[in-house]
Amino acid sequence: MLRSKKVMAIAGAISTALLVIGGSIVATSSASAASLPKVPMAKSVGKGEGALNIIIWAGYAENGSSDKKVDWVTPFTKATGCKVNAKVGNTSDEMVTLMKSGGYDGVSASGDATNRLIYGGVVAPVNTALVPSYADISPFLKNKSWNSAGGQMYGIPHGWGANVLAYNSAKVKPAPTSWGSVFDPKSPYAGKITAYDSPIYIADAALYLMKSQPKLGIKNPYALDATQFNAAVALLKGQKKLVGEYWSDASKSIQSFESGNTLLGTAWQYNVNVLTGDKKITVGSVLPKEGSTGWSDTWMIAAKAAHPNCMYKWMDWIASPKVNSQVAEWFGESPSNAKACNFTADKTFCATFHATDATYAKNIYYWTTPTATCLDGRTVACKDYAAWTQAWTAIKG
Amino acid sequence: MKISRRAKWILGGLTFLVLGFIYIPLAVVVINSFNPSRTFSWPPTSLSTVWWSKVFANPDVTSSLFTSLKAGLGATVISVVLGSCIAFAVARYKFFAKNTISLLVVLPIALPGIVTGIALNSAFNTLLQPLGIGLGLATVIIGHATFCIVIVYNNLLARLRRIGGTLEEASSDLGASTFQTFAYVTFPMIRSALVAGGLLAFALSFDEIVVTTFTSGASVQTLPQWIFNNLFRPNQAPIVNVVATILLIAFMLPVWLSQRLSGGSAASSRL
Amino acid sequence: MRENRVSTWLYRHPKSRLAMLLSAPLTWLAVAYLGSLATMIFSAFWSVDSFTGNIVHQLTLTNFRILFSQSVYGVIAVRSLGIALFVTIVDALIAIPIAFFMAKVLSPKLRNFAVVIIILPLWASYLVKAYAWRTMFSDSGVLAWFFKPFHIATPGYGLFATAITLCYLWLPYMILPIYAGLERLPDSLLEASSDLGASAGKTFRRVIIPMIYPSIIAGSLFTFSLTLGDYIVVKIVGGKSQLMANVVYDNVGTAGNLPFAAAAALFPIIVILGYLTFVRRSGALENF
Repeated sequence: MLRSKKVMAIAGAISTALLVIGGSIVATSSASAASLPKVPMAKSVGKGEGALNIIIWAGYAENGSSDKKVDWVTPFTKATGCKVNAKVGNTSDEMVTLMKSGGYDGVSASGDATNRLIYGGVVAPVNTALVPSYADISPFLKNKSWNSAGGQMYGIPHGWGANVLAYNSAKVKPAPTSWGSVFDPKSPYAGKITAYDSPIYIADAALYLMKSQPKLGIKNPYALDATQFNAAVALLKGQKKLVGEYWSDASKSIQSFESGNTLLGTAWQYNVNVLTGDKKITVGSVLPKEGSTGWSDTWMIAAKAAHPNCMYKWMDWIASPKVNSQVAEWFGESPSNAKACNFTADKTFCATFHATDATYAKNIYYWTTPTATCLDGRTVACKDYAAWTQAWTAIKG
Repeated sequence: MKISRRAKWILGGLTFLVLGFIYIPLAVVVINSFNPSRTFSWPPTSLSTVWWSKVFANPDVTSSLFTSLKAGLGATVISVVLGSCIAFAVARYKFFAKNTISLLVVLPIALPGIVTGIALNSAFNTLLQPLGIGLGLATVIIGHATFCIVIVYNNLLARLRRIGGTLEEASSDLGASTFQTFAYVTFPMIRSALVAGGLLAFALSFDEIVVTTFTSGASVQTLPQWIFNNLFRPNQAPIVNVVATILLIAFMLPVWLSQRLSGGSAASSRL
Repeated sequence: MRENRVSTWLYRHPKSRLAMLLSAPLTWLAVAYLGSLATMIFSAFWSVDSFTGNIVHQLTLTNFRILFSQSVYGVIAVRSLGIALFVTIVDALIAIPIAFFMAKVLSPKLRNFAVVIIILPLWASYLVKAYAWRTMFSDSGVLAWFFKPFHIATPGYGLFATAITLCYLWLPYMILPIYAGLERLPDSLLEASSDLGASAGKTFRRVIIPMIYPSIIAGSLFTFSLTLGDYIVVKIVGGKSQLMANVVYDNVGTAGNLPFAAAAALFPIIVILGYLTFVRRSGALENF
């Protein structure tokens, strides 16, 4: 007995030693929201390194495997020699975590990931002089709060769009026009409704409350004080009884619609496009009358990218007019490059998606990271993203 | 106790039901691999081999298959070596902390994979990132070997206990050196247990997804990771069914082999 | 006969032989594995900066405060334990008759064949088996099609589907140890019991079950710990439910909050360590 106690003591000593060593080696620092980390910016773009590891939203790097005619990765590899290895991130949170884990050269980040990456020192400022396509990017996407800091651009705008309300048009009648149809406690589709599995979805509930309960005084769905936040959480807890599946994997949501397990709920235009192309069910999509949350995506380059030249070449490639039009049409979003409208297969595409309409773009509530300092300028305390994350676990129950 | 004929029939019936329960989902997978529809509504409206012809042309499948094979081999070799060391130590020597060691060996497989995965991931990030080494095939092999050790250990320990130490003692009494005893007496007796343990360890490593997710990093993708990433993609999901069917058929021989080698029942051992 | 110096030295120094045997594996397991486990557990006492997500290396009990103060985590923990128990009990109930049939009724040749067909599904990919159940439970899937004539709807995705799928996945892990235990049970013992006048049912209750009790415990270790640590099956057939392992995974993989995930992971770790200690006392680990 004494001997095994000795073993335990020795084991304990070794573990403690390891912890001390481990704790001292870990060199992370907590940057306060105000201080911008100094990350060097590239001065020139050399030859491609032969490989590129990127984190993307579903549909952003098609190489012909989904549809033989949809491919802008293979021509890129042919032109630059950079072999693309793309990992799909399902939510902004996943993308931030993946970027921080290292090993990736770049990411197509939405507005609720960009600032976290910038202030966490994970991404480097982008030298826009090295990206010729940048000149044609729509001016209302440049130097915005989500893609720049300290007057410096931290990425190349990719495209933007709104979340839509998708529905199985054969089974959901009449066609929905309001987000209320996914929150209605008396919905006839209870158990077949879907919602996006990310804390950022709380903003969708807040947006609905903004219009349906104006007394709450919500001005910005990402700036919620305690009362407004609790109202949104209560709405979502009620919605949980109607939800069949929460989705973060786009393909899983598509499959769920096709098998009949989901009849309506929030979706990306990408999901709707794939469903329409598959012809298994008839699907409709609508931008409800309350407006919608959305995203404005930016390609960012990792601070410690192993293949920075390939990343710069990719950013230039995907922002170039022809490729930008291809990805915008495939996904179903507005292209960032104004000249892309000359290349779309569907000549009415840009009009449908209001691609060059700055006013329309301003009315989408883009994904943004909520902070304790209210984003709408109020001096009260707002809920920060950590509170949103915890609340989301509680909502799902 | 005499088992009545009625009891035998009831047990047989129950067994048949359970076997049905076990194999019907697998049959669904196999049938769906011939289902040309991309969404698997049941029953399939027609059968075709369209996905079978696409599977080998898919470069992702072949490269992740090779990665899995390499990882499996590496993990098996390491776990056979380490597992044998511990098995010999526990079976043949008297020392304190034997119970602690057997607990320690079982721990990587007893604790949830996600715990092992997170622990190894943060350890790798802490220790290797400052050195510029990223996660990759080596870290996957390390992760797999860690929980495969117990498989080899258990198989070998059971065999070592069954054969006892008398033959080895007799061998050295007759003048053989330590190495000769090992080569001519011990090894032939444990060989099949090693192979059985190695096969099981390989199978475990080949199918593992959780620890792999946390130790593989950006550039490495094993076959289970490919399956996971493509489970829901409309164009790839059918190929997943084909891959699964192929794996099922391919592993039938090693399973049967491993079962025969591990000796089956204790009664078949003569020693 | 050649004098082999190394061999002789090894023969004369058993302690050095032991040390050489143990050094490599113990360094691997005790130092590398236990060390990283300990580091992870230690990080449960750290926190992350809520904006950048970087770890703040200051000891704090915030994570535990959140885990204990918000009721949802207690609910999820109880739910996870409940499912683990359900899976263990159901698998044991299914495994005992089939293991008995294999060990005591079948002829030896058929017995080996039976073991092979029980083990074979273990080698089919875990993910594919889980996905097969998604097809089974889907609204246009196998169960819906089978029960349509009876007007029973498929239970759909949710906790029940998760539990059934988990029962399915871990069943071989329960059958094999019980089969091994029953095989070791000499037939003479059973004959003696009936000679002494016990009915089959009584023999089963008084002789067989106590003898295979360690095997059942060994099998339950697998079903329990595998269920408690599983987050993938829930994602595939679980619909909107979440288990404790999902809380851990979502906080590591998605939220990037390793300290909180580590704190949540302490729940399955403590439960399983406790179960392991209990299992060891019953001698089940010997009979693997």
